[in-house]
Amino acid sequence: MENRTRWLVGVAIVLMLGSLAYVSWGNLGDNLVYYWTPGETLAKQEKVAGKASTVRLGGIVQAGSMKWDAEKLELRFRVADSPEPNAPSILVDSKGAPPAMFKEGIGVVVEGKLASDLVFHSDRVMVNHSNEYKPPEHGKAESGYGSKSVQK
Amino acid sequence: MSAESTKRPLGQWLVLGTGVTLLGLGEYLGLFWAPPEMAMGDVMRIIYVHVPSGWLALVAFLSTAIFSGLYLRTKTPRYDHIADASAKTGTVFNAMSLATGMIWAKPTWGVWWSWDPRLSFTLIMFLLYVAYSALRRFVDDTESRARWAAVYGIFASVSLPLVYYSANWFRSLHQPHSTPQTVDASMKLPLRINAFAFLFLMIWFIWRRYELLRADAAHESTPPPA
Repeated sequence: MENRTRWLVGVAIVLMLGSLAYVSWGNLGDNLVYYWTPGETLAKQEKVAGKASTVRLGGIVQAGSMKWDAEKLELRFRVADSPEPNAPSILVDSKGAPPAMFKEGIGVVVEGKLASDLVFHSDRVMVNHSNEYKPPEHGKAESGYGSKSVQK
Repeated sequence: MSAESTKRPLGQWLVLGTGVTLLGLGEYLGLFWAPPEMAMGDVMRIIYVHVPSGWLALVAFLSTAIFSGLYLRTKTPRYDHIADASAKTGTVFNAMSLATGMIWAKPTWGVWWSWDPRLSFTLIMFLLYVAYSALRRFVDDTESRARWAAVYGIFASVSLPLVYYSANWFRSLHQPHSTPQTVDASMKLPLRINAFAFLFLMIWFIWRRYELLRADAAHESTPPPA
């Protein structure tokens, strides 16, 4: 009885640790740093540029850099380390309409590949919201979800 | 069983009543009284469910760790039952925070899920506590089950600080913690009321589950046929 119990518990623990290891090394492991900033990516560009591996690039959509081609559904913008105009930045080229909250100045994380010409080809654009929650400003229409920051 | 359900303690009704009343008030304030959020609009109102369920999952799992420790010190079966009841309740709240988080993520981030540290750790925590319940099923002997579960219950609580601080410690898609300064007063009030509503409901769920486990244990003491 006692032996059988120990054996079962042993198997259970191995299974649990195994599944945990699978989850953590399969997905989390190579993502211990969830994204690189444009500055970091440029610093190690010879490791990344032109390679097949998918990377995440995180930063802020640089003011004045957004170009949306409604015909081809192509979105181009620069992701920068910070809102400062001379902050390191990378040009991102993505297909399809971005999330509704996408706009210049907002935080984004994009997934894709950095080409050897240092243009980032993204197949996934994600918007990250700050930890601030405010009511709409007085007399100003709600600007967010539901209204279109990118017109089709 | 029937005698037990007719003689439910008054305190239990008070806890349930307080929880339901606060939940009604909190959800009303959150859905109708509080303003929409400047950038997210009405979508942000899911915060009044998402954040309390996340907080209370952590509180419930902390209770598992505490009562597991108490069990190991005193070997009182009652503590084992509370630890178990807390783990099961916490698992439900944890699942709710994951589900509401995904519903919130799609319209704001643009994706249902991403392997960001906060999300990954929260999923791992969920699996750890599902495994806690699975582990209990594996061990027949009441005493060794309680002992194994207590040791594991303490071990699993390692995930709590990782989940709680992951959004602040690591780069993530999930925003770092809000503070009272970053949330408008009109949103703080419903959030706090809902947090207390969830707390009372959590206590009620743990309490009820504890009673069921006690009834089970009384039943189990008559050994089943081999």
